[in-house]
Amino acid sequence: MRRRDLALATLVLLIGWQLLAWLIHREVLPGPWEVAQAFARALLARRGLGWHFLVSAWRVVISIVISMLLAVPAGLILGQSRALDRFFGPMIYIVYPIPKIVFLPVILLLLGLGDRSKIFIICLVLFFQILVVVRDQASALRPELIYSVRSLGAGRRALFRYVYLPATVPAALTALRVSVGTAIAVLFFAESFATTAGLGYYIIVDSWGRLAYPDMYAGVMAMSLLGLLLYFLIDRLERRLAPWMFVKD
Amino acid sequence: MNQRVADCSARPMIEVRDLTFAYADQPPVFRGFSWTAAVGEAWAVIGPSGCGKSTLLYLVAGLRQPTGGQVLVEARPVPRPRASTGLVLQDYGLLPWATVWENIALPMRLGQFYRDKKTLDAEPRPYPQPDLTPAQVDRWLTRLDIAVQRDKYPSQLSGGQRQRVAIARSLLQQPNLLLLDEPFSSLDALTREDLQRLTVELRAETDVTTVVVTHNIEEAVYLGQRILVLGKAPNTAARIIENPAACVPEFRGQPAYWQQCAALRAALAAG
Repeated sequence: MRRRDLALATLVLLIGWQLLAWLIHREVLPGPWEVAQAFARALLARRGLGWHFLVSAWRVVISIVISMLLAVPAGLILGQSRALDRFFGPMIYIVYPIPKIVFLPVILLLLGLGDRSKIFIICLVLFFQILVVVRDQASALRPELIYSVRSLGAGRRALFRYVYLPATVPAALTALRVSVGTAIAVLFFAESFATTAGLGYYIIVDSWGRLAYPDMYAGVMAMSLLGLLLYFLIDRLERRLAPWMFVKD
Repeated sequence: MNQRVADCSARPMIEVRDLTFAYADQPPVFRGFSWTAAVGEAWAVIGPSGCGKSTLLYLVAGLRQPTGGQVLVEARPVPRPRASTGLVLQDYGLLPWATVWENIALPMRLGQFYRDKKTLDAEPRPYPQPDLTPAQVDRWLTRLDIAVQRDKYPSQLSGGQRQRVAIARSLLQQPNLLLLDEPFSSLDALTREDLQRLTVELRAETDVTTVVVTHNIEEAVYLGQRILVLGKAPNTAARIIENPAACVPEFRGQPAYWQQCAALRAALAAG
């Protein structure tokens, strides 16, 4: 996507927002300029928006790293071994559609109110989404490809390194790009109570709680920026690690 | 062909002894089947769909194991693929995420990957050669006329170019046995003839023993100095048609070539 198009799209969205603000004309929906001012003010404040942003970003990024480290190898193994997949497949099938967020109360009780419970719940959500994509990708590799690489003298370990891993990492990144929005939504929910840091806390407790609407929207903007940044980052990584998926014939 | 080949032509490259093979819950494809291919020979294997010709190739490649009897390559069983057997498949088997150059260089990478392991096993596993060089990769790239495509991905190539990459990759490790499974079946007629001629040339250059599995009569006659005809499963005995004039580029279109095609067609029709 071209930079100019992105800038144009941003402009259109901002104009739409401003029009809506004029139309509704109530305190709950301040215009973009007012929010931008609040955003700048909150950013500069001590333990302000910037700090909350960093706390949230840290929680999401570390969760992404952990869930990738766990889900990619697990998916690779399940995708390769029919016996293991026959055992775990039905369990994953049942667990996959359960909305993991409903376990948040239990997780808060078990892991406490700190970072650990938030990171755990995000990992739980991401893990299954990445696992399933990687597993399906690994088991969908054409047997001819495996045969021809094995015929060159590759054993199990070399197959992992030269076939399964490169075949599935781009798929894992795609899964991640799709689920990063969910991860942030889960984080927002987890941060919106029983904590004193993070963008969820900033939006719900710190701003909404005292009816400071411009501040609240500043938080919403920060959360959107977080999502956008991560999305860009994963997009970049995809192009970097899987250039073959973007070539034109 | 040079003298070296003539000298060792008696030595078997492939020995299939009393082979029985069946896929799970299916009647056997081979029963008590025996067949020998000598070093340096050019074989074609032909037969109707489902006759087991690809299965035979996979058994020789070490990708399948016999249910009964023995499959020996250079007098040893093949419980796993040996790096000195090259395998070229109909759908190329290229890594979609690797460029042409990287695909051809795969045996080199595998050799490096296993370099330190070579001494660990008592029974020398047929690891790929540890000392292949980028210069050799470049040489095969040039020889197969795909140097211009070196940085392209397989999805950007034509079928013929992809098969050239696959052939270059299997020749990089200097195999003494090259197995080709319907290698040119999905290519258009001119590209197919082009690659058949190339196969003949490469055979002459490398002295490699070749086994081409095909369902195409003309391909079998052009590439097989000896032709193994398989019939409906189960195959119990090897039917062999001698075709010594094959494997020279000019053979196609000569009267002898057409006579052999007619003879092979008759043999196939006889079942």
